[in-house]
Amino acid sequence: MVKKIFGQTYIWLILIFMYLPVLILIAFSFTSATYVGQWSGFTFDLYSALFKNKAIMTALGNTVLLALSAAIVSTILGTSGAIGAFYLKKGWRKAFDNVTQIPIVNAEIVMALSLTVLFVFLQDYVFHTQLFSFWTLLIGHCVLCVPFVYISVKPKLQQMDPALYEAALDLGCTPSRALRKVMIPEILPGILSGFLLAITLSLDDFIITMFTKESSFETLSTLIQKTIKRWPVPPEMRALTTIIFGCVVIAVIGITAYQYYQSKHKKTHAQGRVG
Amino acid sequence: MKSNSGATTLKKFSLFALKRKNLCIPYGVFLVLFIIIPILLIVFYAFTDTNGYFSFESLVNFFTTWTKINVLFVSIFIALLTTLICLLIGYPLAYFLADKKINKNAVLVTLFIAPMWINFVLRTGATRDLLTWLGINGGNHPYLATLIGMVYNYLPFVILPLYTTMLKLDKSQIEAAADLGANPFQVFTKSIFPQTIPGIISAVLMTFMPTMSSYVISDLLSEGKITLFGNYIYLDFSQAMWNDGSFMALIMLVIVGISMFLTRGVEKEQGRGSGLW
Repeated sequence: MVKKIFGQTYIWLILIFMYLPVLILIAFSFTSATYVGQWSGFTFDLYSALFKNKAIMTALGNTVLLALSAAIVSTILGTSGAIGAFYLKKGWRKAFDNVTQIPIVNAEIVMALSLTVLFVFLQDYVFHTQLFSFWTLLIGHCVLCVPFVYISVKPKLQQMDPALYEAALDLGCTPSRALRKVMIPEILPGILSGFLLAITLSLDDFIITMFTKESSFETLSTLIQKTIKRWPVPPEMRALTTIIFGCVVIAVIGITAYQYYQSKHKKTHAQGRVG
Repeated sequence: MKSNSGATTLKKFSLFALKRKNLCIPYGVFLVLFIIIPILLIVFYAFTDTNGYFSFESLVNFFTTWTKINVLFVSIFIALLTTLICLLIGYPLAYFLADKKINKNAVLVTLFIAPMWINFVLRTGATRDLLTWLGINGGNHPYLATLIGMVYNYLPFVILPLYTTMLKLDKSQIEAAADLGANPFQVFTKSIFPQTIPGIISAVLMTFMPTMSSYVISDLLSEGKITLFGNYIYLDFSQAMWNDGSFMALIMLVIVGISMFLTRGVEKEQGRGSGLW
């Protein structure tokens, strides 16, 4: 009993500490004082200032565009890579698995610098023109995301019944049709979780973005870093934090509801079978 | 006629493309171009001078410049401390979260992971605003501020792997230990702790290296007073000093390689240990 009370107190205490900075910013997003800790009356001014801030809105658009394109490219590349590598001979498959691990275990700044060095090298010795653009940034984000798509799809391939694809071929499917109608649906959960992982990684990224972007292009991360480095921090940032936190809360509620629905669904399904 | 032959080559091509193995070709090309070649280039740049000739200039430069050695030690120190504090906070937390008697809802676990979805730079800014309000800032306590920022950021990365291993704890072994007369301390050191070592290792891997090489947290929270490995690489990058930057990155790569090698050893050891039983 003592252990239970102690454990629960500990959990809640740490949880409160973890959310404290964000919660305080949210509280102070409803006042327009320059510094956190000063209260100059309740107002929504910061929110209207936020939506009027062109730089932030452009950066938001850039971030979403980049995250979506990086996630789509990585998902296609990573999924086809995982499927292909799964049917290679053992040695080659191991090689694919190991190289895929490199960006995951490596320090992000090392990956970022290595890509920058590659682009600088190509710029100086091969193309002789300015290379840094949306495309280099997209490549950078794909390097960040693609391994995670690969490792989300791989276990689904291992769980799949290999006879299904063969059966589809025997029953007259063309290989491409069998791939689309049999294999992809089987590994779809892995593909989807890889896609979502890619989006969250890309949205949150700072270092690779900073290194591989062209200097005039800003995503939310780089713009925020640039703005909050100088004092005083623009108070609109508090409103931005509140809105992003709101999105996260909605996502958490959504995930929880989905998990709850699924577990309930499974239970009734299982009961139905037993009945 | 012409269109017909076109169609057959197209068919041939699609047959080639749809052999399942061949699906990995674009991925393989991508890996070689953007992961393997860049890393080889880092090694190349680390051992050449600005004119592209072979040279140990960057190496000599690194080991004879006191500030650079200092950066290495400060980074290791901050990373060790962050990892230790995160483990001390996260270990009991993961244990309580995984204990069904104490925590019944999985939502709490999601809540501990959720901060990772708030933009990382924004979150660091929030921590800085709070610390400034409390009177701790880069001006007066750069180390403390950086350390708090690091712990705030990496705690979820420690909780997650620990929680996953705690879920798989062998309850009957723990009970057996207690029944056979082990006191709670012995139960922990002889049964619970050994079972959670894999989780601890992955928690350390998720914290140590990223802390050493982080840029934003130390830059914002210490107001540029503390230079970690990541800040130094960034400095070289912003001054287009590719050779020195590459050498720093190479050191980071070596440290990553060593830690991967060491942890592989531990995992094997564990496998052997369990094989004995």
